Amino acid sequence: MNNLMQLISLNMVFTTLRLAIPLTLASIGGVFCERSGIVNLGIEGMMLFGAFGAVAGTYATGSPWLGMLVAILVGGLVGLLHATLCVRFRTNQAVSGVGINIFASGLTVVLCRAIWSSDGISGDVEQIPSVTVPLLNKIPLIGPFFTNQSPYLYFTVAIVAVSWFVMYRTKVGLRLRTIGDHPKAAATAGINVTRYRYAAVVLCGMLCGMAGSFLSIVQSNLFVKEMVAGRGYMALAATIFGGWNPLGSFLASILFAFAQAIRMNISLNIPDQFLQMIPYLLTMLVLMGVGRKVKGPQAAGDITD
Amino acid sequence: MEQVKERRWIPLVNNLVVSAAAVLLSLVLSAVIMAIVGYSPAAAFSAMLQGAFGSANSIANTLGKSVPLIFVGLACAFTNKGGIFNIGCEGQLYMGAFTAAITAIALQGMPRMAVILLSFGAGMLGGALVGGFNGLLKAKMQINEVIVAIMLNYIMKFFTSYWVNGPLQEEGSMIAQTASVGEENMLTKLIPKTQLTTALWIALAAAVIMYFFFARTRMGYNIRAVGENALAAQASGVAMSSTIVLTMAVSGAIAGLTGVTEVFGKTGKFVDGFSPGYGFTGIAVAVLGRNNPFGVVLSALLFGIMEAGSMKMSYVAGVSTSMINVMQGLVILFVATPNLVKFLNIGKGGK
Repeated sequence: MNNLMQLISLNMVFTTLRLAIPLTLASIGGVFCERSGIVNLGIEGMMLFGAFGAVAGTYATGSPWLGMLVAILVGGLVGLLHATLCVRFRTNQAVSGVGINIFASGLTVVLCRAIWSSDGISGDVEQIPSVTVPLLNKIPLIGPFFTNQSPYLYFTVAIVAVSWFVMYRTKVGLRLRTIGDHPKAAATAGINVTRYRYAAVVLCGMLCGMAGSFLSIVQSNLFVKEMVAGRGYMALAATIFGGWNPLGSFLASILFAFAQAIRMNISLNIPDQFLQMIPYLLTMLVLMGVGRKVKGPQAAGDITD
Repeated sequence: MEQVKERRWIPLVNNLVVSAAAVLLSLVLSAVIMAIVGYSPAAAFSAMLQGAFGSANSIANTLGKSVPLIFVGLACAFTNKGGIFNIGCEGQLYMGAFTAAITAIALQGMPRMAVILLSFGAGMLGGALVGGFNGLLKAKMQINEVIVAIMLNYIMKFFTSYWVNGPLQEEGSMIAQTASVGEENMLTKLIPKTQLTTALWIALAAAVIMYFFFARTRMGYNIRAVGENALAAQASGVAMSSTIVLTMAVSGAIAGLTGVTEVFGKTGKFVDGFSPGYGFTGIAVAVLGRNNPFGVVLSALLFGIMEAGSMKMSYVAGVSTSMINVMQGLVILFVATPNLVKFLNIGKGGK
C-alpha cells in the first residue's frame, strides 16, 4: 500500500517529467524526420553532439543559454550531414545513422580530452537555473508545476503543442505527412520534396541537440563520455510507440520515463532489468499489432524517387 | 563476349576502389581533425602502427582483436547479401555468449571436445533464435527488421544482465558474471600470453564457408536473388518467408559465434555488458568489405589494427583512444556514400 502511494507521489510526477524531457524532444525530432521519409538511427549521436556542444559552448561563452544555442546549432549541423548524405547522395539511411553514432562517440571524447585534458569527462560549467513563475506558483494543486522547475519543462510542452499544431493543422504538416506516405504524389503535386526533407532532418537534429543539452547543462553541469546512454534509441522507440505523432511521442516518453522513475524511487520486487526492458518490450508489442495497430510513414527509408 | 568477360572483374575492382578511397578519405580527414585540435597526425599514425605491429605479441593481439570483428562483420554481410539490414547482432551475440557459457557450465566434467562442440552449438542456436525471431516478424508480419532488432538488442542485453546479476552470478564474485566455463575448455592460444586463439581459424573458416555458400549453393543463390530483386525472386519461385527467416537465423548464429569466441577465447565467463558495441562496428566492417567474406576479413583486420594501436597512439601522441571511433565513423560514412567518392573524383577532373 505504501509502495502504491509512492507511485503517484509528487516526487514521482516530477522525476517522470524530468526524465521525459530529453526523450520527448528527441522523439518529436524523430517524428519530423520519419514523416519526411528519412529514417534516423543517428538520434543517439545527435544527442551526444548536443550534450557536448552545450558544455563546450557554455565553457567558451560563460553563458549556459548560449551553450544551449550551440547545442541546437551543432545538432542542426549533424542533421544537415545526415540529410545531405541521405537525400543528396542516396546513402543507406540506417548505415548513415550508425556511422553518425560511432563518429559522435569518438569525436566528443577526442574534443573533450583536447579541451579539458581528461579522457571522457569535462570540467564543470554553469547550469541553466531552475525558475519559479510568480503568481502561477501560488495556485493550489498546479502551483508545484511552476515552482523551482527547469525552463526546459515549459519549452518542451510548448514544442509538443506547436509540433502537433504544425503537423495536423497547417498546410506544411499536411504536405510533410503526404511526403512520408506518397513522395511521388507529393512531388507531382508541386511540393518541393527535397526541401521538406532537408528541413525536417535539420529540425530533428536541432531538437536532438537540445535534448542532449538538457542532459549536460540542466540535469548536470558537465559532459561525460557516452552520457546519452541509449536514450536516443529509446526516443526512437517513443517515436514509434507514439504513432509518429508529436503528442503521442510526448505520452510515450512519459510512459517510458515513468518506468525509469519507478526504478529510481521505489523498491519493488521486480528485478531492475525487467523495468529497464519495458520501453523496448512495449514498442515491440505495439509493432506486432498488440493493442492498436500503428502505421508509420509508408515510404520511410526508401527514397528512390 | 568481351563484355561478359569484363563484367566479372569490374564490380570487384569498383568495390576495391570505393573501399580504398573511403579509408583514404577518412584517414586524411582524421589527420585534419587531429591537426586542427593540436595533435601531430604523423606521430599518432606511426604510434598506432607501432602499437599494432611493434612486436610478435602485438601482432598477435591485433589479430586477436580482429577475430570478433570478422565474425560480426560476416554476420552483417550475410543479411546484406539478402537485402536485409541486421542491426541486431549486438543482441544476438549477447544471447550466443550467454547460452554457450551456461551450457559449458552445465557440462563441467565432460570431455573438452564435447563441451566445446555442444557449447558452440548452443551459442549459435541462441543467436539464431534471436535473429530468426527478428526474421519471422519481418517475413510473416511485414514489420521493419531494423526497429525490432534495436528493441531486441536492449531486451537481450537486459535479459542476460538479469541472470548474471542474480540467479547465475558467480558465487562469491562482486562482478556480474557467470562461473568459469573451465580453464581446460578454453580455446588454445596460438601464442602464449596474447589474445590470439584458435578462434582465428574458426573465423577464417567461416569466411571461406560463407564464400562457397553464396557462390555455389542453391540456398545462397536464392538469398542473393532476394537481395537483388525480391519481386523477381518471388516470381521465379523462391519461398520468400523461409528465405528471410533463414537469412536472419544464420546471421544470428554467426553473430552468436562472436560472443561464444569472446567467452571461450578471452574472458572464460559470460560478463555482463562485455561487448563494446561489436554489433555496430560489424555493420561498418561489412559495408567496408562490400559484403564480400574476404573483404570482411580485410576490413576486420584494418579495424583490429586501429583497436590494437589506439593505446600506443594515445600514449605517444596524446590524442584520446576514441580517435579510432572518429576514423571508423568516417570510414562507414564515406564507404556508404559511393556517390560521394564519384562526386569528388569528378571534381578533380577525373572520370
